[in-house]
Amino acid sequence: MAFKEIELNMGPQHPSTHGVLRLKLAVDNEVVLGIEPVLGYLHRGMEKLWESLTYVQVVPLTDRLDYLASLSNNLGYVLTVERLAGIEIPRRAQYIRVVLAELQRLASHLAWAGFMANDIGAMSVLLYGFEAREEILDIFEEYCGARLTIHGIRIGGVIHDIDTGLVSRIRTVLTNIPKRLADIRTLLDENRIWKQRTVGVGRIAAAEAIDYGLTGPPLRACGVAWDMRKDIPYSSYGDFDFDVPLGRNGDVYDRYAVRLEEIGQSIRIVGQALDGLPEGPFMAKMPRVLKIAPGEAFHTIEAPKGVLGFTIRSNGTDKPERVKMKSPSFINLQSLEHMCKGNLFSDVVGILGSLDIVLGEIDK
Amino acid sequence: MTPFVADLLIPVGKIIAVILYPMIMVMVMIWLERRVVALMQGRLGPNRVGFQGVLQPVADAAKLFFKEDIIPRQADKRLFNISPILVMFSSLLAFCFIPLGEPLRVGTYTLTLWIADSPVGLLIVLGLSAISVFGVIFGGWASNSKYPLMGALRSVVQVLSYEIPAGLTVLTVAFAARSMDLVEIVRRQESSGIWYGFLMPVSFVVFWISAVAETNRAPFDLPEAESELVAGYHTEYSGMKFAYFYMAEYAHMVLASSLVVLLFFGGWLPPFQGVKALAFLHAVPGFVWYLIKIMFFLYLYVWIRATFPRYRFDSLIRLVWKWLIPLALANFLAVALVRFLR
Repeated sequence: MAFKEIELNMGPQHPSTHGVLRLKLAVDNEVVLGIEPVLGYLHRGMEKLWESLTYVQVVPLTDRLDYLASLSNNLGYVLTVERLAGIEIPRRAQYIRVVLAELQRLASHLAWAGFMANDIGAMSVLLYGFEAREEILDIFEEYCGARLTIHGIRIGGVIHDIDTGLVSRIRTVLTNIPKRLADIRTLLDENRIWKQRTVGVGRIAAAEAIDYGLTGPPLRACGVAWDMRKDIPYSSYGDFDFDVPLGRNGDVYDRYAVRLEEIGQSIRIVGQALDGLPEGPFMAKMPRVLKIAPGEAFHTIEAPKGVLGFTIRSNGTDKPERVKMKSPSFINLQSLEHMCKGNLFSDVVGILGSLDIVLGEIDK
Repeated sequence: MTPFVADLLIPVGKIIAVILYPMIMVMVMIWLERRVVALMQGRLGPNRVGFQGVLQPVADAAKLFFKEDIIPRQADKRLFNISPILVMFSSLLAFCFIPLGEPLRVGTYTLTLWIADSPVGLLIVLGLSAISVFGVIFGGWASNSKYPLMGALRSVVQVLSYEIPAGLTVLTVAFAARSMDLVEIVRRQESSGIWYGFLMPVSFVVFWISAVAETNRAPFDLPEAESELVAGYHTEYSGMKFAYFYMAEYAHMVLASSLVVLLFFGGWLPPFQGVKALAFLHAVPGFVWYLIKIMFFLYLYVWIRATFPRYRFDSLIRLVWKWLIPLALANFLAVALVRFLR
């Protein structure tokens, strides 16, 4: 039976559009001819809202952008404000920030592994990933009481110091994660069905990926070594020894492999940061009311989803005049149509999953 | 025994039993699946309703029973209403031909543990289970919606493709037993002393893969792939009609497991028949062995589901046409040759 081209609506209520993304698909039977993402179902006017809040009040709202990696958003925003205001951060605070940000990357990647595998039908991996993520969230809970919207990083430093009890707790969790990771790898790495569904699917060449502005693991899966932590180090990332895992083919399998490798690298970084944790204050001396002289600053960090950047323009008051966010999910999503065209409908969910988008960050 | 009991009460009792038996197995299976998958994933699963949550399926069914029955405005009402019945009917009717054990002797009366005994029982069961495809495509078509339609199309292609290797392997069993009567097939396995699953392992493997595919179960659950097609062909169904589809799917699993056990693993026969030292196994009633074997295959369904990702449509069809059907054909020829030379 042959269809003519039909338009298929996927989302905003659909099990695998990761929130409230809506995709307008043009399909011929099962073959995808075109995709148009429709955004805005989660739009909260974040950037405009921030203009009416003080610099400090903005930080907890950044938690709600990429809600699977709230600490990374905190870090991106806070670093930009600090660059704008010229605040020096104590080294201990920088190290604690690295620990928190890398734990957040672990949590984000583990949740991603579960979602992605669930999209392709391997339901157990979802729970294995979440089990490992749960332990990291427990650490966050012990650190500051929150699990999802953590708000652990403040302008000038971090909200609490970490004591030896928490350090040993983090170390135990770090030894547990590789075991869970091994479970996931056993189920998927050499699984024939998994490979059929991922190898060679959703390929994008390195040059095209750069043209689309792809960042983060999807870009590194194409073999482009571009990691903000290595290339433009911030928050004393230069002190640590870690590798940037690279893929070769830029397909769904390589994105999967790159992310799982990154989990191992993040564990290395956290271990080193805990070993070399310098003494000192965890918070810089801050004025009671933060007023920043007119100016503009841009800062990027390597968030779990890709390169996250903030541009802030100040006007001498305690509120930013304009904040512009460069969100990795939003930019990575643009290449979806390029990757999906000509593939089967079933692959769309896999490719979408491999991009690791979070709608809170796309719609802002 | 009075004719009243023999001619009226017992047949009526059997009719009730043949509806109750699959239903109870379906309930057990739903509970087993949710608990076992949960335990494999480090969760607990439903454990509140009744002992260890055994009454959860009953609670679910009761909830669905009281739900509003929604018929979409754009749907073709007659077909929409008929298809869940068709699916349910085809799977339940097949159980009439599934024997549960050797006839029991009560005094002078012989109580047969099946409703209908047919010399071509195997064919009838396969044919009846194939009717459910009509229910699926009617349901998908009558919903007049895109996801159900795609689910129904996938389902038809899949079930029809996988019926070919299943049919070919069933033929090898018929060759070996020289009968298509399900009771006779089990008796032949008893007299020959070896179960056909061990005699013809290729047949068993091909049949089992086809059975998983025909029941639309993971990793072949494309017609209702949740992450792609939402709920596939029954996306638009709600309430009791949805429950019909849901229960029919599980009834099909029970049916497929029963068939595997009957055809390849000696039905109600105890294991290790030839071994004298293990003769005490014969003391256990045949029905218990039968249930244990069925449960094993139902467990296998759950296990597979918790382990594997889902096939994509093209590789699913490639698997059946390029691997299973040639394999089944070669196996069929080999069995026929052996049979001919003997």
